[in-house]
Amino acid sequence: MTQSWRDRAERPIDFSAGETRSTSRDEAELLGRLRNGDTTAFGSLVDRYHTQMIQFALTFVSSRALAEEVAQDTWLGFVRSLDRFEGRCSLQTWIYKILANRARTTGVRARRTVAVGGPELALGSKYFTEGGSWVVPPVPWTDEVDDRLSAPIVIKRIRALIEELPESQRQVVTLRDVQGLSKPEVCEILGISEGNQRVLLHRARTWIRKQLEEEVTGW
Amino acid sequence: MRRIWRRRRDIVCREAVALVTDYLEGALSRADRARFEAHLRDCEHCSEYVHQIRTTIQAVGRVEPETLDLEVRNELIGLYRRWQAG
Repeated sequence: MTQSWRDRAERPIDFSAGETRSTSRDEAELLGRLRNGDTTAFGSLVDRYHTQMIQFALTFVSSRALAEEVAQDTWLGFVRSLDRFEGRCSLQTWIYKILANRARTTGVRARRTVAVGGPELALGSKYFTEGGSWVVPPVPWTDEVDDRLSAPIVIKRIRALIEELPESQRQVVTLRDVQGLSKPEVCEILGISEGNQRVLLHRARTWIRKQLEEEVTGW
Repeated sequence: MRRIWRRRRDIVCREAVALVTDYLEGALSRADRARFEAHLRDCEHCSEYVHQIRTTIQAVGRVEPETLDLEVRNELIGLYRRWQAG
């Protein structure tokens, strides 16, 4: 049965869980093992983060080879800094901060980025009356695609859409919506304010939604 | 009188669309959130829009990183061992 639009006036997503995450007991134990040269502990960390690190590195650099180099370099930086790590953030945040620094010094992403505007461009004045009401309301499409959103072709398209975003939007949406990091973690990793992070996230989501609407309704 | 007061405080669709991320991120004040939700209850289009943004977030969340190459894993563990030995 189609969901009523009234049922959709749901509550905001609660992102507060984990916001004050610092080193948990498990991470403290893991850290101890890492400092003692426990390769199993290191392997578990690699299993957990390496491919995500490549994904994050690709938001900075232009090629897969460079992203792998940055990720490897990050691991080296991480093991060298193990003794200095004070547990003020999670291990993942620590690793990602190292990665962001390395990636920035590796070089500017030498690639074309499509000039994507903010919501002003994605949903420009033509969509609203002077009074601010919809002229061109959103076309319903989600009910038709719910079961198709996991299809490889759709995932591939979403990946490509993320690629087209300007770098800062791509970084925020990758960390928040693809990898599920919390607001404070993302702000700390990228060195941006919460307000700035929200603006970048808003622009990215607005643009991706618009592209999906256009593509799905054209299916 | 009350109606006029309410109207002045109501938000319009363009504002609701601009505020959607603030709403989903829990960044609106209690009063603004109440106005936003009141608008959603009255506006089918904005309710649909918020639903689409939520669907977009879910869809983006389905993008997975690649699987870890065993050879790369072994190389990294080798790097760690060398650092330990070094």
